[in-house]
Amino acid sequence: MAAEPIDSATFTELKETAGADFVAELVETFLVEAPAMIAELRSAYAAGDAERFRRNAHSLKSNGNTFGALALATLARQLELGGMEPVRAAGGAPLDALDAEYARVAQALTELARG
Amino acid sequence: MADPFRSGASLLVADDNKVNRLLLARSLELMGHRATTVADGRAALLRLRETPHDLVLLDIEMPEMNGFEVLEALRKDLALRDVPVIVTSSLEGLENVVRCIELGAEDYLTKPVNAVLLKARVGASLEKKRLRDQQKELIRRFATPEVAQDLETEGFALGGKRVAGTVMFADIRGFTTLAESQPPEETIELLNTYYTLMFDAIGGHGGIVSQIAGDGLMAIFGAPLPLLDHADAAVRTALDMIEMMELFGADRTAAGKPPIRIGIGIATGDMVAGYTGTRERATYTCIGDTVNLAARLEQHTKVAGRAILVDGATRAALRGDIAVEALGAVDIRGKMKQVDVFAVPTPAA
Repeated sequence: MAAEPIDSATFTELKETAGADFVAELVETFLVEAPAMIAELRSAYAAGDAERFRRNAHSLKSNGNTFGALALATLARQLELGGMEPVRAAGGAPLDALDAEYARVAQALTELARG
Repeated sequence: MADPFRSGASLLVADDNKVNRLLLARSLELMGHRATTVADGRAALLRLRETPHDLVLLDIEMPEMNGFEVLEALRKDLALRDVPVIVTSSLEGLENVVRCIELGAEDYLTKPVNAVLLKARVGASLEKKRLRDQQKELIRRFATPEVAQDLETEGFALGGKRVAGTVMFADIRGFTTLAESQPPEETIELLNTYYTLMFDAIGGHGGIVSQIAGDGLMAIFGAPLPLLDHADAAVRTALDMIEMMELFGADRTAAGKPPIRIGIGIATGDMVAGYTGTRERATYTCIGDTVNLAARLEQHTKVAGRAILVDGATRAALRGDIAVEALGAVDIRGKMKQVDVFAVPTPAA
């Protein structure tokens, strides 16, 4: 797992092209949306809904890449492409890893957006 | 930034993810465009049917209707199928890109979208759309609705419509003698220079060259695109042409060659404009009395000994700063009645 939850080069570039104030708002939006996506992901997993599972993992991957949350994006991508089977085989561990990485990302983004 | 074709366009962003939606809209606004956002494919179609947009940024993974389905629906919709679409997706796999292109997408950008790349692709798509719109406008202007419809679906059709415009005929005085007195290569070179100068003058005033044959040319003002003051534009073109020939003549005199003189006839009125010919080889032209009159006036320049002759309708439409001289009613070949003819004095005359 990467040492820094947010790749600073990606985040700096985002701020430079879109504007710091706008990125602060965008982070706020992400911090509201992402927990909902993770909750959806878990509920899809519980319900065995592969398509909903894939779509939510896909969205998380996409947003992770946008902010430079590369580790989070990588985990989400594994879920998107690998589907629910490996998660089940590992007793749900990949979802817990995703939760943990998101917590790190959320904290880092909150600090970066203020800074 | 103030480039009218590259900024100020109206774009639709369709993406189910709010972060993506906000970021794409922001990027477009920073480019000077207006962005509307929707969260699914069905909403995208509804919005496009409601309000015209110049370009769509389309996500693939969307609820209700995904991007592929939107592309298919757009392609089947006669009113929407020319709206360019750039797919922005983080969907992996080349087969998805191929499928989008096959379904008519203009371009495919992987998310997160690089801002510089986005700007370049959006600019290119808008420019392409502008050219397509211009072509459609040309078709719409000269063809009847039926013919335009035919062109839309079949790509090409023959046909014409009645327009008000001004026609010009021009040719080189004594061209045959000139051609006989010099090697053919020199004549070709002379004609190339002559046509380059004439096309410049005609295009510069909003006219189009409809036909060239030997040393003669026919130009139309006011079709296929309408032109305000088409008669005035034609006469100003004629004055430019004469001036260019003066300059060209001075060059030739310096090189020990005879100068070139041209005669120009101009007439204004109704005509039928459109494509004539066969499906394989067609030319945009105008036919009708106005066209015949312009051709006769050009021939009459030799008799009258004047460089530019115009008819009464052209004269009446001229703005005040161009002087004309009435030559009175003249017998014109092919015309039952006499025609009032006016000469436009040129600096050399």
